[in-house]
Amino acid sequence: MLAILVEDRPGVLTRVSGLFSRRGYNIQNIAVGRTMEPGISRMTVTVEADPLTVEQIVKQLNKLVNVLKVSDMTDEPSVGRELMLVKVKAEPGRRSEIQQMAATFRAKIIDLSPDSMIIEVTGDEQKLHAFLMMMQEFGIKEIASTGKISLLRGSKITRDMKA
Amino acid sequence: MRLTGAQMVLACLEAEGVDVIFGFPGGAVLTLYDEIFKKGIRHILTRHEQGAAHAADGYARASGKPGVVIATSGPGATNLVTGIATAYMDSIPLVAITGQVATSFIGTDAFQEADITGITMPITKHNYLIKDINELPYVLKEAFYVASTGRKGPVLIDLPKDLQAQEGDFAYPAQVEMSTYRPTYEGHTGQIARAANAIKKAQRPLLYAGGGVISSGAHEELLELSRKVSIPVTTTLTGMGGVPCDYDYFLGMPGMHGTYAANNAINESDLLIAVGARFDDRVTGKLETFAPQAQIIHIDIDPAEIGKNVVTHIPIVGDVKLVLKELLKRLQPADGDIHNTREWCQKVLEWKASNPLRYRQEPGSCLKPQYVIEELYRLTGGEAIVTTDVGQHQMWAAQYYRVKRPRALISSGGLGTMGFGFPAAIGAQMAFPEKQVVCIAGDGSFQMNSQELATAVCYNIPVKVAIINNQYLGMVRQWQKFFYGGRYAHSSLAGSPDFVSLAEAYGASGFRVTRPEEVAAAIEAALNTPGPVVIDFQVDPEENVLPMVAPNTSIVEMIGGEE
Ligand SMILES: Cc1ncc(C[n+]2csc(CCOP(=O)(O)OP(=O)(O)O)c2C)c(N)n1
Ligand SMILES: [Mg+2]
Repeated sequence: MLAILVEDRPGVLTRVSGLFSRRGYNIQNIAVGRTMEPGISRMTVTVEADPLTVEQIVKQLNKLVNVLKVSDMTDEPSVGRELMLVKVKAEPGRRSEIQQMAATFRAKIIDLSPDSMIIEVTGDEQKLHAFLMMMQEFGIKEIASTGKISLLRGSKITRDMKA
Repeated sequence: MRLTGAQMVLACLEAEGVDVIFGFPGGAVLTLYDEIFKKGIRHILTRHEQGAAHAADGYARASGKPGVVIATSGPGATNLVTGIATAYMDSIPLVAITGQVATSFIGTDAFQEADITGITMPITKHNYLIKDINELPYVLKEAFYVASTGRKGPVLIDLPKDLQAQEGDFAYPAQVEMSTYRPTYEGHTGQIARAANAIKKAQRPLLYAGGGVISSGAHEELLELSRKVSIPVTTTLTGMGGVPCDYDYFLGMPGMHGTYAANNAINESDLLIAVGARFDDRVTGKLETFAPQAQIIHIDIDPAEIGKNVVTHIPIVGDVKLVLKELLKRLQPADGDIHNTREWCQKVLEWKASNPLRYRQEPGSCLKPQYVIEELYRLTGGEAIVTTDVGQHQMWAAQYYRVKRPRALISSGGLGTMGFGFPAAIGAQMAFPEKQVVCIAGDGSFQMNSQELATAVCYNIPVKVAIINNQYLGMVRQWQKFFYGGRYAHSSLAGSPDFVSLAEAYGASGFRVTRPEEVAAAIEAALNTPGPVVIDFQVDPEENVLPMVAPNTSIVEMIGGEE
C-alpha cells in the first residue's frame, strides 16, 4: 500500500494511474482526497506486487514531476478504512433482523424505502467482506465503496517516512 | 512588462539562448509565427513535423543544448509524437511547443483539436497545458529546466491560440522553485568509497558505459578511470564516443551485435561498473545469464534505473561525471595492479585482437556495406558527426565508424526510429555549421523522411547522406533469414525510387556507387560538393550483421563471433 502526496493539478490522477497501467502494475484500489496543506492531495493506492516491483513503482512515481512524496506503508503499522454503502432488499418482516446485524457491525441505516434500505459501513477489507456475506441472505441490490485510506499508527506521519 | 503569450515565448527563447528552432506552422500557431516573423529568430521550416522533431533532437544530441520544436494543434502535434518518443527513450533534452485550440473550445472536438498532453504523457518527462496567461512565464522557465537537468528528456507545452494573443505581465523568472523535482547530483560518499574498494579488490573489472556518460559530459573522467587502474571499456550504442574507439582498452559495443571481446569480458568479469547505462535487453541478452560472475556497481542519475533489470550490489545515484571524479580521488594507479588485473587485461586484449569484427570485400565483386563505412571513416578522418537511421546499416556504422569524440555518433537507440537519421543530421549541422555531418541511412529508413531534402536544399544545409542501399528492410530480412526459415515476408524494397534522381529533383546532388573501386572517389567528390548530397551505395543485398546474439539467449552465444 502506497501513500502518494501529489500537487493538486489537472491531470495528476491521469499521470499516476497512467504510470501504473503503462508499466503493467495492477491497481487494486485507489482513493484520492485532500490533505491539510492547500494544493496537496493524498492518493492511497493498493497494488499487488512483489517487493522489487513495489520498489520500482515507488521510484517511477517519484520521477513524476507533480509527485511530492511516495511512502510505502506495506510494512508499517497503520490503520486503514474503507467506506461502503450497501443497498439491500428489506421486506418489512426482515427489517429488524437487518438492523440488528448492522448494529453488530456498527453500521448505520441511512435510507429506508418500502422494500429496501441503504446501510453505511466502514472498516477494513475483512470487516466489509464479512458484512457483505451477512447481507447476502437478504439480497444485495447494489453497492458503492470508496477506496481504502490509511494513516500510520502513532505520532509518525507519512511525510517524515524515509523515501 | 506587458507581453502577449506569443511574445512571452519569444522572450523566453531569447533568455534561454536558443539560436535556432525547428517547426511547421498552422492555424493554432499563427500568432506565434507572426511573432517569430517579427523577431527574426532563426527558424528552420521542415517538410514534416516529424522531421522538425528529429532535427531538434539531432541539434540537442550534437550540441548538448535543448532542441526546440514548434507545431500546430491536432495533426501538427500528433506528427511530433514519434520524434518526442525517440528523444524520451534516449533521454534527450527537447522542448516542444504546440498550438492548441482556443481555451473556450477545448474539449469540444473543435477543428484540429487533439489532446496532445494526454497523448504525450507517457513519452515526455513532463508536459503542460497552459490555461492561464499568468502561468506562462514560469512554465516556460520550468520546461527548459526540467528538460535539461537530472535525467534529461522531452518536455511539451501546449499553448492555446487565444492565450498567444492575450496580454499578461511578464518577467522571466531567474530561478525555478520546485519542491517536487530535485535531481540528485552528488553521489553518496559511503557508496563511492565502497565502489573504490570493490575496484581495488577486483581481478577482472570492466567498465560498461552508456548514454549517461555523453549526457553528463563524463568522457574524460571515464577514460581517466580506465587508464588509471587499467579497466577495459565497452560502450553501448548511445555511449559511443565515451572513450575514443581507437583507445587500446576499448572493446567495442556489447550485446546483440556486440564484439566477441566485449561480450566475453562481460561474461567473465568479476566487477561490472555500469556508468550511465540501463541494462537494456539489446545489451544484456537473456538476463539470467548476464554477467554471471560479476558484482555490479551501477552509477546513474535516475534512481529508477538502479535495480530495474539486474540486481545491483553497489548502487550510486548521481551525476556520473561528479561521481567518477570522486571515485578517481580514491584510486591510485597502483590499485589496478594489486590483483593482477594485468593478466585480465591481457586476456581481454587478446580476445579483441584474435576476434575482431570482420567482413570480406573482394575487389571487383559485390560492394560490401562495411567497406563503405570504413571508407567513409577514412576519408572523413574519423572527424565527422555521423547520424544513422535504424537497421543493419546502423549497426555497421556503430561497428566500423570508429568515433573519437562524444556526440559524434548520433543514433536512435532506445526507440529505434527509422527515418531519424536524415532530419537529425540537419539538426546536427545547424548546431555545427562548420563540421562535416554525414548521415548513414538505410534505403528503407531514408524513404521515411526523404522529404527533408527540400529543407536541406532550401537552407543550403550541406549534409552528406550515404544510403546503404541493400534493396531490403535489411534487418528485418536478416531476422527472417535466421529465425523465420528465410521467408522474406514484405521486407523487399524493390520499386524504390532512383535516389540520385530523387536528390536531383529536390535540387541536391546525387552520386551512385555500385563497385568497390568507385567508393573512395565518390565519397571524396561528395565531400567536396557544396550543399546537400546523396550517395546511393548499392551494396550486397544479402549481407548480415555479425556477430549476432539471438534474442533472449546468452550474449556469449554469438553467431559468427569466433574465427
Ligand atoms: C518506424 C519504424 N518502423 C519499423 C521498424 C522496424 N525495423 C527495424 S530495422 C528495419 C529495416 C530498416 O531497413 P533499412 O532502413 O533499409 O535499413 P537496413 O536494415 O536495410 O540497413 C525495420 C523495418 C523500425 N525500427 N522503425
Ligand atoms: Mg535497407
